[in-house]
Amino acid sequence: MTHASAAHGTHAHSAHDDTHGHPPTSTGLDNKKIAIWAFIGSECMLFASLISTYLIYKRRSVVGPYPHDACLPPLCSTPLPAILDIPITSASTFVLLMSSLAMVLALAAVEMKDQPKRTTGERILGSSKLWLWMTALLGATFLGFQAYEFTSFVHEGLTLRTNLFGSSFFTLTGFHGAHVTVGVLWLLSLLAIDYRRGLGPKDAINVDLAALYWHFVDVVWIVIFTLVYLIK
Amino acid sequence: MTHDPVHQPHSTVDHAAMGIAKEHPTWSTYWKVAVILTLITAIEVWIYYIPSFVASRLFVPSLLIMSAVKFVTVVLFYMHLRYDHKLFRALFMGPLIIAAVTMLGLMFLFGKLSIGVGAPN
Amino acid sequence: MATTATAPVYAPAERYVGESGVWSWLTTVDHKRIGTLYLFTSLFFFVVGGLEAGLIRAQLSGPNKHLVSAEMYNQLFTMHGTTMIFLAIMPLSAAFFNYLIPLQIGARDVAFPRLNAFSYWVYLLGALFMNSSWLINAAPNGGWFGYAPLTTYQFSPGLNIDFWVIGLQILGVSSLAAAFNFITTIINMRAPGMNLMRMPMFTWNAFVVQFLLVLAFPVITIALVFLQFDRFFGTTFYAIGAGADPLLWQHLFWIFGHPEVYILILPAFGLVSEIIPTFSRKPIFGYPVMVYATMLIAFLGFGVWAHHMFSVGMGPIADTVFGVTTMLIAIPTGVKIFNWIFTMWGGSVQFTTAMKFAIALVGLFTIGGISGVMHSSPPADLQQTDTYFIVAHFHYVLFGGSMMGIFGGIYYYFPKMTGRMMNEKLGTWHFWLTFVGMNVTFFPMHYAGLMGMPRRIYTYDSGQGWELFNKMSTYGTVLLIIGTAVFLWNFFRSHSIGAVAGNDPWKASTLEWSIPSPPPEYNFARIPRVTSRVPLWDITSPRLASEVPHTKRGDKRLDVDVASKHVGHAYPNPIGNQPKQAAEAGLHIEHATGRTAKDLGIPMPNPTIKPLICALGMTIMFSGLLFIHKDNMSLALITIIGGALVMTMALYAWLLTPLEDAH
Repeated sequence: MTHASAAHGTHAHSAHDDTHGHPPTSTGLDNKKIAIWAFIGSECMLFASLISTYLIYKRRSVVGPYPHDACLPPLCSTPLPAILDIPITSASTFVLLMSSLAMVLALAAVEMKDQPKRTTGERILGSSKLWLWMTALLGATFLGFQAYEFTSFVHEGLTLRTNLFGSSFFTLTGFHGAHVTVGVLWLLSLLAIDYRRGLGPKDAINVDLAALYWHFVDVVWIVIFTLVYLIK
Repeated sequence: MTHDPVHQPHSTVDHAAMGIAKEHPTWSTYWKVAVILTLITAIEVWIYYIPSFVASRLFVPSLLIMSAVKFVTVVLFYMHLRYDHKLFRALFMGPLIIAAVTMLGLMFLFGKLSIGVGAPN
Repeated sequence: MATTATAPVYAPAERYVGESGVWSWLTTVDHKRIGTLYLFTSLFFFVVGGLEAGLIRAQLSGPNKHLVSAEMYNQLFTMHGTTMIFLAIMPLSAAFFNYLIPLQIGARDVAFPRLNAFSYWVYLLGALFMNSSWLINAAPNGGWFGYAPLTTYQFSPGLNIDFWVIGLQILGVSSLAAAFNFITTIINMRAPGMNLMRMPMFTWNAFVVQFLLVLAFPVITIALVFLQFDRFFGTTFYAIGAGADPLLWQHLFWIFGHPEVYILILPAFGLVSEIIPTFSRKPIFGYPVMVYATMLIAFLGFGVWAHHMFSVGMGPIADTVFGVTTMLIAIPTGVKIFNWIFTMWGGSVQFTTAMKFAIALVGLFTIGGISGVMHSSPPADLQQTDTYFIVAHFHYVLFGGSMMGIFGGIYYYFPKMTGRMMNEKLGTWHFWLTFVGMNVTFFPMHYAGLMGMPRRIYTYDSGQGWELFNKMSTYGTVLLIIGTAVFLWNFFRSHSIGAVAGNDPWKASTLEWSIPSPPPEYNFARIPRVTSRVPLWDITSPRLASEVPHTKRGDKRLDVDVASKHVGHAYPNPIGNQPKQAAEAGLHIEHATGRTAKDLGIPMPNPTIKPLICALGMTIMFSGLLFIHKDNMSLALITIIGGALVMTMALYAWLLTPLEDAH
């Protein structure tokens, strides 16, 4: 199986119309791809600040509920459960990881759009619409899990205002959720283009930008899952 | 889209010129990576439920290492940094290092690292 | 289009006149026009910030004065700092980034012209938003550093801090968008042969600054988000009663704040690194070391933040580490100072106004730098922190450094931007008034500070030994105001009646001087092929260029395809009818022809209003937060959602419209 290399950003001038008629770029790489990597670098600092704050405020809340430790009388007047739901979050983590798999398959499908598909397997793997839908739906499922998690936390008495844990937890995971939401909208926009005129190898660079963003959001979740949910 | 003929011969030498490996990730790479990610996640959650391991000094370091392995795997394969131009690696690694060092600095300043990384609770 | 290898003959310039009219400015995506917009806007805010400083100095001119109230004084010093940093010096630097980076690297525009326009409009609207707080008498009053918990709702219930926190958030978007744009531009839009190690020093400094922006601004964004959430949604990030750490804001703020210091000074360093070689008739001394020093300053700049916080008591280990890194960062900075001095050493120095400002930077920044090293020692810092000594220190680096460099840059690049020379005589007056005024204003503050005068007090009792120093500072400020008035008079007068400049009035060495002044919309009719670090001197002053051994190395590279560079690629000439030799002539000088991009068949991006609408939508969205504190949730929601819709729709319309017409 050979892949068109356009998605790897090597053909700036053939990948999209913007640079047509212009001198080739100095590095031969696509402008947008350099910009998105710089953006991802910037996002590292954004999430580093959020995660640092969460860790700094860990175990400093003066009232419950707490993430890992149940609070029982007489310490708490009413018993408070350990609030993080590891099984549910493990499931949503798995969903997000699988969405990354769907995303790489979507990109591969766009790159290979022009190649003949002989078997059913190749036809399935080569359907960009299928994999983009899959990625967006898995992303939306993750958001659903998050909505469920947030609602149940509120029912158990944890809101943004309750304590330091609530403030830093909801802000951190909320920022991540907002990134996933933007990603889903981005994927849906790509799908709209796919339905309108079909995405082909020359669009691979644009799909790749969405993919890089999507995987980065996934990677951030990998860190959050370990640091926030698993480490007690 | 018409191509300037002058560009064409050039495009063909791009790969060699840019030091990009000929190999590209394929379907088999993709699903293997997915399996590895799932397995590591399963192990992470599994050890979370072993009280004796949670109490041991190895719990936090092993979680951090597994998380780092997942992180690196996604970045190298799904974000295809392994196959891509070294410039992208620099654009990502530079900020990542500064972010990591800043986080470590903050953890130290707020007394989260004074006992040592591996100390449970 | 004449290509000549002899000294340029300056034809009485047929000045390029682009479209005019308000609409053409609202829709422009031309980096030069956006640079011009940045320049005028930031000069305006420089004057505003200066007048705020004038009021501060009038209030402090003698003991127990009550020209302004304590509350008004708080607003004045907060807005003076915020305005000078975010609305004057940073956008003044951005004006030069916009104008010069594409010209210096031999490009026709930045990588993302519409994003560039967006950055400017966001800056303008954010600046107007923040200053609109004066109209309702609620200007920010928590200091430019806005320390929480002081700025939380509990202690600052007014709208003042809301304006500040939202305004900075908006301005951050502008800086970040511009930074991604310039990083991409410098990496990817260089002319053939313009290796990284051939880039002009200004572009190098600008390049490094973009990385500082990209890495520092997310941190302040998050600190501001916490503050916004605390103020608007009742979170507890800075609520001490809930167990919050009062140092969280300080750490996050200074993780941003210290790189920010280099964001303010490095562009001025870049400008001076262009001015000094030109007027010393020598290539810059130790170019590679200058480059590495810049990178080292940027890298170390992320490891010194806590030296702003020695007085909070971080313990001996932290104090030592941050003290040592602070001392270390003086080394690459000192390297730059010496390199400028060695550049002048043995050169035939011309004391133009630009050069005077550049030399002033070298001297005054050194004074500010040395008092900075004094603070790097925690025991010494404990004596100086929060006194006027600190005020003296950072005004020496920011006024004596950044502003001197920027003034020099304006005198130096004014001919390129407008096609006319600034008046040297008025310039000399401006320089001496500013130089003397600056020292009379800020030097006595060292003494006032060491005698214990604290920062941010709105008045003081007599008999503490502070009167004389404060009086001197106030007189100095008068000189500075007169000097700035002379500058503005010179600026606008020269704009219309200055002597015609021609391509290269200073006989400089970099690419921007090989094209007409002001440059045509397409900058370069033919993209130059760069073969040296001082490309223009290769043509105009070969003797000077021959003194730079390294610049000749790599000429052969132009004909081979070096890894990851397309330098050997003959760029297909858009004019298409050039003889082969001329098309490959490499370096050349272009004269004003009055021909448009259309005449020459050069594809240029179409003007568009969408970035402005997008910026407007974003500003409306952010400003909706204000209504939450007026307890008008429905109005808040309508404004936020309405603004978000406008922004999103403009963004989609923008992304779905091609940058330029199909060719």
